[in-house]
Amino acid sequence: MKKSYKIEVDCANCANKMEEAAKNTAGVKDAAVNFMMLKMNVEFEEGQDPKSVMKEVLKNCKKVEDDCEIYL
Amino acid sequence: MNKKQKKMMTRIIIAAALLIVLHFIPITGIPRFICYLAIYLEIGYDILKKAFKGIKNGQVFDENFLMAIATVGAFGLAVYEKSGDYNEAIAVMLFYQIGELFQSYAVGKSRRNISELMDIRPDYANIEKDGKLEQVDPDEVEIGSMIVVQPGEKVPIDGVIIEGSTTLNTSALTGESLPRNAKPGDEIISGCINMTGVLRIRTTKEFGESTVSRILELVENSSSRKSRSENFISKFARYYTPAVCYGALALALLPPIVNLLFLHNPAQWGQWVYRALTFLVISCPCALVISIPLSFFAGIGGASNAGVLVKGSNYLETLAQTKYVVFDKTGTLTKGVFEVAGVHHNTMEEAKILEYAALAESFSTHPISRSLKTAYGKEIDQNRVTDVEEISGNGVTAKVDGVSVAVGNAKLMKRIGVEAVECHQVGTVIHVAINGAYAGHILIADVPKPTSKEAIANLKKHGIKETVMLTGDIDKVAQQVAGELGVDRVYSELLPADKVTKVEELLAKKTAKEKLAFVGDGINDAPVLSRADIGIAMGALGSDAAIEAADVVLMDDDPQKIVKAIRIAKKCMRIVYENIYFAIGIKVICLILGAVGIANMWVAIFADVGVMVIAVLNAIRTLFVKKL
Repeated sequence: MKKSYKIEVDCANCANKMEEAAKNTAGVKDAAVNFMMLKMNVEFEEGQDPKSVMKEVLKNCKKVEDDCEIYL
Repeated sequence: MNKKQKKMMTRIIIAAALLIVLHFIPITGIPRFICYLAIYLEIGYDILKKAFKGIKNGQVFDENFLMAIATVGAFGLAVYEKSGDYNEAIAVMLFYQIGELFQSYAVGKSRRNISELMDIRPDYANIEKDGKLEQVDPDEVEIGSMIVVQPGEKVPIDGVIIEGSTTLNTSALTGESLPRNAKPGDEIISGCINMTGVLRIRTTKEFGESTVSRILELVENSSSRKSRSENFISKFARYYTPAVCYGALALALLPPIVNLLFLHNPAQWGQWVYRALTFLVISCPCALVISIPLSFFAGIGGASNAGVLVKGSNYLETLAQTKYVVFDKTGTLTKGVFEVAGVHHNTMEEAKILEYAALAESFSTHPISRSLKTAYGKEIDQNRVTDVEEISGNGVTAKVDGVSVAVGNAKLMKRIGVEAVECHQVGTVIHVAINGAYAGHILIADVPKPTSKEAIANLKKHGIKETVMLTGDIDKVAQQVAGELGVDRVYSELLPADKVTKVEELLAKKTAKEKLAFVGDGINDAPVLSRADIGIAMGALGSDAAIEAADVVLMDDDPQKIVKAIRIAKKCMRIVYENIYFAIGIKVICLILGAVGIANMWVAIFADVGVMVIAVLNAIRTLFVKKL
């Protein structure tokens, strides 16, 4: 399953870091952050609940870049 | 500017003003230190805070952390060396903040610019209720609803015109400024602007499936497909920062230790630590990381404004490397509709022959009859035609204004005993005999689009090595069209599956660096579109299949747009490479100069912020593609 989320982040490198963090979150198959559109596309693994996975994604993103937001 | 940016702006101005004032106040010692520290904290407290959080989360190579070390270090050095020159630390922080502010402003601005370019999203749809118009969210309009579009409004949803005629401005969709006429019964696509009359439209799609939504979705998702350059940059950024940091560490420790232990010189800790801190200032990869996606984003935005939809940055990259362009013939290079291409061997005026032929054929529904009617161009008065006899596979005989007319192929002429003159050109030949005497023949053919020839010549001018035409048509027709347009190579009499094989053959022949583009109209050639390095579909307005299958979608059917697409791609890639070389080049030079002690922190902060500003400004240039 794929979902798209609106994000808020200030710098392009931070967006790359968020992408990495999201990719490395358990339950996420693939993730792409589009800094120009301020969007995060997340592909979830089979049988995962997007809501709980996204909570983890947000937590991991906050770790690499404190000043970021994902609108869940 | 948003709230965050305004706040930053105020902080920057205060810090700069205080710095200047303090420059003229002769205080020394501890009070001086406290004053400067206050300014430093005013301008940099958020960076210090973020740096602290970064360490807590194990983010050592976080740019805030690096900036914090560099400036705190510079501050510490000033204390250690008792120079009292705190300007440098504050200036680095100040310029860093200015750079960040500029970056966020510029990116926000171009984000807005590009969305304005793509300002085709309708805000509402008018629905008639009890004789009154009511504005509703287009999302809520169901299929088959009747909507009203007034002059000056955007058509919100795809549909069919039930009532009203108007001229439509499609420039937001196609980049084409010529208005189109629309009348009842015509299909109408969302995103056009209704210019003159009130329209009643029965919707045929939901808003989410309408052309406007699909185009917006496509453009918005386009920068998610990253190009090789973008991947290179994010990889580069991942290694660059740690590398520079270790370099800085080595620079701070090794030379003093070597000095102390082996050369028995003074260690000069201050000097080497200063140089190491200079390194840290240059370690942020921001200029690169921001300018490359920004260039692509602006390129895609500019292209869509010109009626060229590019589905991803990677396709822009491939398009710029295209050396071979393979065309489908019908509907791509030619109009795909049969038109009267000429009247030959005529014994009377062309217009007169066309009139007789059109009238005689007026009861037929054959495509040829339609072409004749179009060429005649006037209203057909069927009362003038009597005694119509259609001879299947031959043609028609009839009396027009009492004059007997025979219109058909050579067989018909033979049948009525008239000697026909063969046509030397290719196409469908319609012989006309009037009063039992040969009056000439009308050639009906699929004519090339008016801009095809120019487009092929322009492709050649812009670095395309070879143009190839594929067609299912007979060889004679194919050769003639190819010769007329100046296409280099032709493969004719191909079945749809043969086209894939031919493209594969061509793909195998070229080198990996030279890309092959296939241009088709999106109908029946989806397999070829996806097989080529890059598939370009044209005339896609309203054709879902084409939008789905192609990598690049031309909104109208002008072959010149292919040239435009390639030129936009080339300009974009040129700017991308400029930025890569420029940003990396300046940084490397500054690193070297910093290591040998020529570049101080002021130069370093230029390398960081200045380069970013220039790269961002350069990236925004890709947006301007109108003149290409």
